[in-house]
Amino acid sequence: MNAAILPSPVVGAEAAPPDYLLAVEALTVSFDGFKAVNDVSFYVDPDEIRVIIGPNGAGKTTVLDLICGRTKASAGSIKYKGQELTKLSESAIVQAGVGRKFQTPSIYDDLTVFENLEISFPRGRSVFGALTFKRDAEVRDRIHAIAETIFLKDQLKERAEFLSHGQKQWLEIGMLLIQDPELLMLDEPVAGMSVGERIKTAELLNQIIKGRSVLVIEHDMKFVEDIAHRVTVLHQGKVLSEGSMDRVKNDPKVIEVYLGH
Amino acid sequence: MLGDYSLGDLGAIFAMQGFAGLILFSVYLLMALGLAIIFGQMGVINMAHGEFMILGAYVTYLCSTFCQTYLPALFPIYFFIAMGLAFLASGALGMLVEWGLIRFLYKRPLDTLLATWGLSLILQQAYRSIFGAREVGVELPSWLIGSVQVTDTIEIPINGLFVMAVTILITVCVALLIFRSRFGQQVRAVMSNRAMAGAVGIDTEKVDRYTFGLGCGIAGIAGSAFTMIGSTGPTSGQLYIVDTFLIVVFGGAASLLGTIASAFSISQTQSTLEFFLSGSMAKVITLLAVVGILMLRPQGLFTLKVRR
Amino acid sequence: MTNPVQTLTKSVTVNDNPFMKPVEWLSLFLLAGVILVVLPLMLDGFRLNLVGKYLTYAFVALGLVICWGYAGILSLGQGVFFGLGGYGMAMYLKLEASSIENTKIQSTPGIPDFMDWNQITALPWFWQPFKSLPLTIVLAVAVPVLFAMLISFAMFKRRVGGTYFAIITQAIAAILTILIVGQQGYTGGINGITDLRTLHGWDIRTDSAKFILYFVNGGLLIACILAAQYVKKSKLGRILVAMRDKEDRVRFSGYSVAGFKVFAFCFAAGLAAIGGAMFTLQVGFMSPSFVGIVPSIEMVIYAAVGGRLSLFGAVWGTLLVNWAKTSFSESFPDLWLFGLGALFIAVVLAFPNGLAGIWREHIEPRLTRRAKSLQAPEPAIVPPHGAPAE
Repeated sequence: MNAAILPSPVVGAEAAPPDYLLAVEALTVSFDGFKAVNDVSFYVDPDEIRVIIGPNGAGKTTVLDLICGRTKASAGSIKYKGQELTKLSESAIVQAGVGRKFQTPSIYDDLTVFENLEISFPRGRSVFGALTFKRDAEVRDRIHAIAETIFLKDQLKERAEFLSHGQKQWLEIGMLLIQDPELLMLDEPVAGMSVGERIKTAELLNQIIKGRSVLVIEHDMKFVEDIAHRVTVLHQGKVLSEGSMDRVKNDPKVIEVYLGH
Repeated sequence: MLGDYSLGDLGAIFAMQGFAGLILFSVYLLMALGLAIIFGQMGVINMAHGEFMILGAYVTYLCSTFCQTYLPALFPIYFFIAMGLAFLASGALGMLVEWGLIRFLYKRPLDTLLATWGLSLILQQAYRSIFGAREVGVELPSWLIGSVQVTDTIEIPINGLFVMAVTILITVCVALLIFRSRFGQQVRAVMSNRAMAGAVGIDTEKVDRYTFGLGCGIAGIAGSAFTMIGSTGPTSGQLYIVDTFLIVVFGGAASLLGTIASAFSISQTQSTLEFFLSGSMAKVITLLAVVGILMLRPQGLFTLKVRR
Repeated sequence: MTNPVQTLTKSVTVNDNPFMKPVEWLSLFLLAGVILVVLPLMLDGFRLNLVGKYLTYAFVALGLVICWGYAGILSLGQGVFFGLGGYGMAMYLKLEASSIENTKIQSTPGIPDFMDWNQITALPWFWQPFKSLPLTIVLAVAVPVLFAMLISFAMFKRRVGGTYFAIITQAIAAILTILIVGQQGYTGGINGITDLRTLHGWDIRTDSAKFILYFVNGGLLIACILAAQYVKKSKLGRILVAMRDKEDRVRFSGYSVAGFKVFAFCFAAGLAAIGGAMFTLQVGFMSPSFVGIVPSIEMVIYAAVGGRLSLFGAVWGTLLVNWAKTSFSESFPDLWLFGLGALFIAVVLAFPNGLAGIWREHIEPRLTRRAKSLQAPEPAIVPPHGAPAE
């Protein structure tokens, strides 16, 4: 009972060893009887880059939705630094340190790039805090620094609506960066990008993944090979295979359902 | 409040009020069916729905007067003609409105709400200019007058039975149309994925227009039925719009069974309460209960859990 | 639309987020000048009082700009809050007018006349607090705001929004009207609370009192515009816009979306309540005809005509629609409903940003060009359709 109240690292009897940043166990969700995610377990270490691959409809995006609280799990647990996430609201999960980028760029079209970044600045998140929020030097400097990183320093005053598709993706990554999450989840960060943008994005991702764990969904195998420490393959809502890219690539089950096509 | 009545009296009261509730149920259901198609399937908020109903009521009134004056031979069956004409008139107006107004607003549901409210004001004033501000009623043919004596304390009016029969018939037709016909299949296809439906060769604009017309046409029939239980005035429709929306939402939009169940429970609650309380308090309590339940269970009575 | 590249140092030192831009200060002075100087000089007492009545609706429109325009929450029940505020004030005034001395011919002296007519012999409990003016002033705003909080918290926690919320608020407006009309003995029924005389001993029926109340009303409206401007300009205002756009993204930036929506709705309710209380004072009665579905949706059209994203536009829109309503229904009563109906449709189809949109897209650029040829200020960036007015 005490352990539940005080999840101190001294109590070694916890089900998930404390050195995992994220422990997903027996995660299941069903929509009207259809199990989109079925008994999925995996563990992410601190500073690890994990890529989830799998054919369409394998449940990849649903797994991210479950972790960030967008979809509620039917069964199973998600522990982030020992804290159970399945019971928390989306905003509480973000405040715990989990950031999420959506598949299609999800930014605020009616606001400027500066304002987009400002909203993501992790201060003044309560109603009262937002009313009294001051745009001080700290905020400005941080936004300008991030804007530099995401190649949008010259577009700060532009309405986000007018950015190109690639720039929108970068802006959303910037919005996550300013949150400074310990676990960053990216859903197809290079999808729909031009070759030039893709190279720049890879460079950007390599720069920002330092010092945090990243969970990526991606189809671009070249890209996956470049960045992944480990790969988890999902198929029909279940974990099909897991391990290094080389191991997964040579797993006959994976070849059969995915890479073989 | 129940103490003053004997058990037998209470039984009779519940039966009679229950039946009165069934007529209300019929009108509610017919109104809600049209709205469920328009709101549930198309996502359009039609605040002028009550005015489409009243158009049907006025058509029935005109038909009744016309038959009485010029074609007395047809008078006994004028009601069937009137319902057909009401359907056509409201449906045609609905298609016109869809073409002239609604089709520009599919992506802005809240704006449709305002625009159709404007339309309802215009229609109300038009009715007032044409038919006058005074409420009108229809003359019933003799076979619809009177009542069936079930026991010595319970009697059931024939026109009520007739309205119910019509309602059941129309509900069945709508169900068949939406779930069994080629048109219904196209409607459901367009509503679930407009772009895809267009890509497989469905004329989505046409489907939209006919769907909206169908919903309005059913409201017209509701108006026909309405003339049997109330008199028709330019603003009579507005009194029903909130109730009807609540019924559709309460039933879980897009669920036919839900619409029927919710129309039934709301009309029965209201009708039963009406006997013991004043009419206005019965309505307040009924609506409050519905709103309260919707606040706790916003998805309504019947919905599927789907991935967002 | 390319922007001048701003150097880092410049944007750090220059305040790029002022409370109001010069053009907004100008709009404020223009509005204040018209309300507080021009109209009182031009109009006779009767007409001025009429404008005073319109201004009380402008409070509602102002709230709708924040709630509907910015947060995207369309409420069709603003009449509820306007009415609750108005009834609160009316209850105080009625109690003062129903002193034992004034009502000695009643079978129960000291209670409002309509209660006596309905065989009520004691003041109901919920009338008791309205014997005190300070308590009345607090309750006239607090009750509607708390009610708004109750409604919106239940709904927004469950992620109910958009059309559902609009329908539910409309249903609540309908319920409250039926309740007020039905409970004649407690509320004055369909006639409302009438025959109000004095506010803390000050006769509000005299011409001079109405004149003074007009200025109180106007001053309060300007104060509320500034309050709304503060909300709009704060980070909260930008979060509201962001939420309207991409609710999920805001959630995943760590905000509890429901809380912000509740705030926007309650803020609008509070403004509507102030408007209602001022209405009672200015016009001298309150009735259910300002509570129900029809007045509530008409209040939305004021904001829509003015421009749902512009605070000043909302005030001008309210004045314009009501002026048109009064002059039309005086001369062509039949035409007015056609006109109002057409207005709803036109605003939605052709001018979704109302008067303010027309101003921003057509008149302001022209003015700025002219101003630019005189001196050389910064190039104005014209926000296109749907842009938040800044």
